[in-house]
This record gives sequence, C-alpha cells and structure tokens, in this order.
Amino acid sequence: MAGGEKRDGGLRLTKAEVTVRITLLSLGCFLVLLPVAWTILTSLKTGEQTLEVPPVWIFPPQWKNYLEVLRLVPFQNYALNTAIVVTGVVVGTLLSCSFSAYGFARLRAPGRNVIFGVLMATMMLPSTVTLVPTYIVFNKIGWLNTYLPLIVPAWFGSAFFIFMFRQFYQSIPRELEEAARIDGAGYLRIWWSIFLPLSMPVIATVVVFTFVGTYNDFFGPLIYLTDESKWTISVALSSFGGSPRIGPQLHMLSAATMIAAAPSIIVFLLAQRYYVNGISVAGVNK
Amino acid sequence: MSGLRRREALWCYVFITPAVLGVLLFAIGPMIASFALSFTSYDMLSSPEFVGLKNYSKLVGDTLFRKSLQVTMLYAVVVVPGTLVMGLVVAILLNAKTPAMAFFRSAYYLPSVIGGVAVARVWAMLYNGDHGLFNLLLGLVGIQGPGWLTDEHWAIWALIFMGIWGFGGTMLIYLAGLQSIPNELYEAAAVDGASKLRQHIFITVPMLSNVTFFNLVMGIIGALQVFAEPFVLTNGTGNPNNSTLLLPLYLYRVAFDYLEMGYASAIAWVVFAITLVLTALVFRSLPFWVHTEAGAD
Repeated sequence: MAGGEKRDGGLRLTKAEVTVRITLLSLGCFLVLLPVAWTILTSLKTGEQTLEVPPVWIFPPQWKNYLEVLRLVPFQNYALNTAIVVTGVVVGTLLSCSFSAYGFARLRAPGRNVIFGVLMATMMLPSTVTLVPTYIVFNKIGWLNTYLPLIVPAWFGSAFFIFMFRQFYQSIPRELEEAARIDGAGYLRIWWSIFLPLSMPVIATVVVFTFVGTYNDFFGPLIYLTDESKWTISVALSSFGGSPRIGPQLHMLSAATMIAAAPSIIVFLLAQRYYVNGISVAGVNK
Repeated sequence: MSGLRRREALWCYVFITPAVLGVLLFAIGPMIASFALSFTSYDMLSSPEFVGLKNYSKLVGDTLFRKSLQVTMLYAVVVVPGTLVMGLVVAILLNAKTPAMAFFRSAYYLPSVIGGVAVARVWAMLYNGDHGLFNLLLGLVGIQGPGWLTDEHWAIWALIFMGIWGFGGTMLIYLAGLQSIPNELYEAAAVDGASKLRQHIFITVPMLSNVTFFNLVMGIIGALQVFAEPFVLTNGTGNPNNSTLLLPLYLYRVAFDYLEMGYASAIAWVVFAITLVLTALVFRSLPFWVHTEAGAD
C-alpha cells in the first residue's frame, strides 16, 4: 500500500519518520481542503474576478458578498425552519433513545434481547425501502408541508444511538441504582435523575451527530416541504443554482454555499472530541 | 415469575416501547407495505390496483432502470474500495503520537461533515468546464480538461471523486482500530527484520480485517443511497444522457415525478435485494479473510 513505509504502532517514531509523515499529510491535506478553500476564495471575489483566467489569487476580499446573499434570499427564514426541525429531532432522539436504552441495558424481560437484535438489524435497512409507504401515509394524514414527518420519527428511537446509550448504561455500577431503590425511587426516577445526568458524554455525541445529520438532510425536507416558506437551508441551497438572483453568479453562489455549510463545520470543530468518540464506538464495537 | 420480576419486566416493556413502536411504524411496517405495494399500480389518486408481478417484469425491460443499475454499480465498485484505501492509508499516517496529528485528523474529516447539497455546490464550481479549478490546473500542464458535468463519460467520475472525498468517517474508524493493535506485534516483527511495508501487509491489514468488514458493509449500504449529490449537480435530471442517474435518483423520479408508487416500490425492493445479496456475499466471504473472532458478532 502506498505510503505504508513508516510507523511504530502510534508510538516512538523517529524524528525523520515524523517529518516524512507530516510532509505527506500536509500535501494530502492541501488537496483535501482545496475544494473548500477555493469556494471561500471565490465567495470573496467580485463577479468579474470569478471569471478571470488565470484566476486571481490576491484581491481585496468582498465581505459584502455575504451580506448581499442574506439580502437577496430570506436566509433567516430558512435558518429558522431548519432550527425548528433540528431542535425537534435532537430533543426527540435524546429522550427516546436514552429512555429505551435504559430498558435494554438494565431491566430484564422475556424477549428483550430478541427485540434488541431486531432493532439493531434495522440499522442495515436502506431508507429507500421504507420511503414510499411512509410518504403515502404522511401525505394521507395531512402532514405534507409540515415539519412533523421530519420530527416525529425521531421520537421513536434510532438504533445506533440506542446502542450507544445502552453500552454506556451497562458500564454504570449497579450499586448506584440499588441505593436509589432502597430510598424508594422507581425506575422512571432512576432513569431521569441518575442515568440521564451520568450519560453526558453520550448525550454530547448524540447531539452533535443528530445536529449535523439533520442539518444536512436533504431528501426528507425535499419531499415533505413543498412550500418555499417552509424550506430548510439544504433545500434552499439546492434551489439557488436555478435562482435568477443568485444562480449564475459564482461569487454569490459560493457565499451562499459557505453560509449554508458553516453551521455543521462550526459544530464539528467545537465538538470534535465527541465526534471522534462516536465514530470509534461505531467501528470498534461492531 | 415472582411479583418483583414481573414488575421489572413490565417496566422494561414500558421503557422499550418507543423503540418497539419505532421499529414497527418506521421500519417493519413500511417495509411490508412497500413489498405489498410493489405488486400494485398506485398513483395516490385512485386506490391501488393489484397487478401481480407486472412491475417486476416491467423492470426487466426498462432500459432506464438498467442504465441506472449500471451507473450505480460502477459508482459503488469504485467509491467503496477507494474510500477504504484512502481511509486506511491516511489513518496509518495519522497513527502517531504527535500533536500535529489532531489537526490533520480534523482537516481530513472536515469534508465529511459538509452536507451533500453544499458538497455538490462546491464541486460543481471546481468541475466547471471553462473556469472551474480542475480544468484551469489541467490547462497549466497543457491538458484540455473534459466537460466534467457535460460529457457523459466523465460525469459519473465527477460524482465518484466527490464520493471518495468523504472518506473521513472510514478513516476515523480505521484510526480507532489501529490504536487497538498491540505495539509489541510490530516490535517483534521489526526484530525479525520485517520491513515497514511487510509489517503493514502482514500485521496491520489482518488485524484490521474486522474493521474493514464493518466499513465495507456500511460503505455498500451508503453507496446505494447517494442522492443529494447527483440531484444537485444535475438539477434532478441525472444527465448527461442519464449517466449520473444513480438508483435513488431514478426512484425519486418514478415516485415523485411520475407518481408511480407501485413501480417505485418494486425498484426499492430490487435495490434492497441487491444490498442484501452484496452484504450476504461479504458475510459469506468472512472466514477467508477476517482475522480473529470478530466475525462471530
């Protein structure tokens, strides 16, 4: 395999080896970030500069392009709509997943493990299979053009996050719970006032994952939100290409793209630790 | 069952109710409904009409479906291994205890947090035939770049490169796997005089085979669900000449442009069947390449 020449299992690298690695990684990093960097550059040019060949690299940045985009399209509207959906999904996912996970982790009942197995199997179910009937039902009960089809399913758990909460709950010492039981606390109280507060690291991971996933979701909002005033940011951004106000102007389109991409990038940069944790759980425990 | 045990069981069912309802309402229920619908003709205006296997026989003769299937297979066959190789190589390079690695890890993962629509927007500008970055760079070395999004032979490759760009998740999973390989293995191999490359081929790759398995299965499932990128790049058309008509896009068109819900369900089930067969093949091949007891899980 290319680039497989130097390693020491993550430890004790010689200075030369570190230098080689950093050089290779810097090169790759430049290539990987180039598309984003180019978009940022383009977003700060004037309309004429975007078409110049060879491209201009040094120019006075046009920060006003960003203000212009916000003026041209009702971004605040899209942001508010997105915030409603994201909040509903994040809160629903947290409550339903931690709630169910407590049952799976701590309480014994016939059939529990079989149900858990079925739940885990749904992780592999492609969403295309369930799409058509789900859409038909939401349509029939009049939920089209509302946020309900996007939010309500999140209140019924999600296999991966239930798995994460369950793993964590299983590691909590039983004594904690037994002490509470002796004090007369019921299962609901134990879940709410012992397990939930203890699981902050998992909560953080679930919030970050759900935020980014919901914020970036395109298919759901596209099919359920037909009215422009209801659009989320991702649907709005997908329409800008054909919009006469923004579409053909590369600097405007770039600025709009960066505004739309910013929230998930910022959340990722602030919460990387939880991100990396979550993904590691996914791969290693499987 | 004692009263205490019964009470515990009762509460267990209370707690797992959201998850059970979720599985029934949003997974198993729709799955069965979609299977039943695939034997009907249904446009959402009149009631569904039973047509037997007609939708499936129509699929066999549907040239657009066949094209879509071909395009999707090409996409998956390149993107899935491409992502695995990129993820593994970068993870190996990152697996060192140097402060700079945290920065690189974030930088390489960054593209994976950007949503499909924004990714497509970013790359559409790079792919632009006249003033996109790629053709400008190719022009510098005297190559006349193709019309990435207008030439039917190149458009799918435009999607493929975009797909591989999202290797960050695979990389992080590999990195976590690498950190669980005992260092002594490498030290012993080094004492025996094995080169670094041989150490990777004979230690790293086998030790990570269970991680590769996970990445492979998830990669296949993911590659068969790509929608936002081709939709945005081609304004929902899958053009030029349907060369970017990945299956989810075709399904979208059949369901929401033509309102052929029965036919769309048949397509969904074929896609599901393909996913199952591919996953089963990977599972069946496990004993041949997955090291340790990981395959039992």
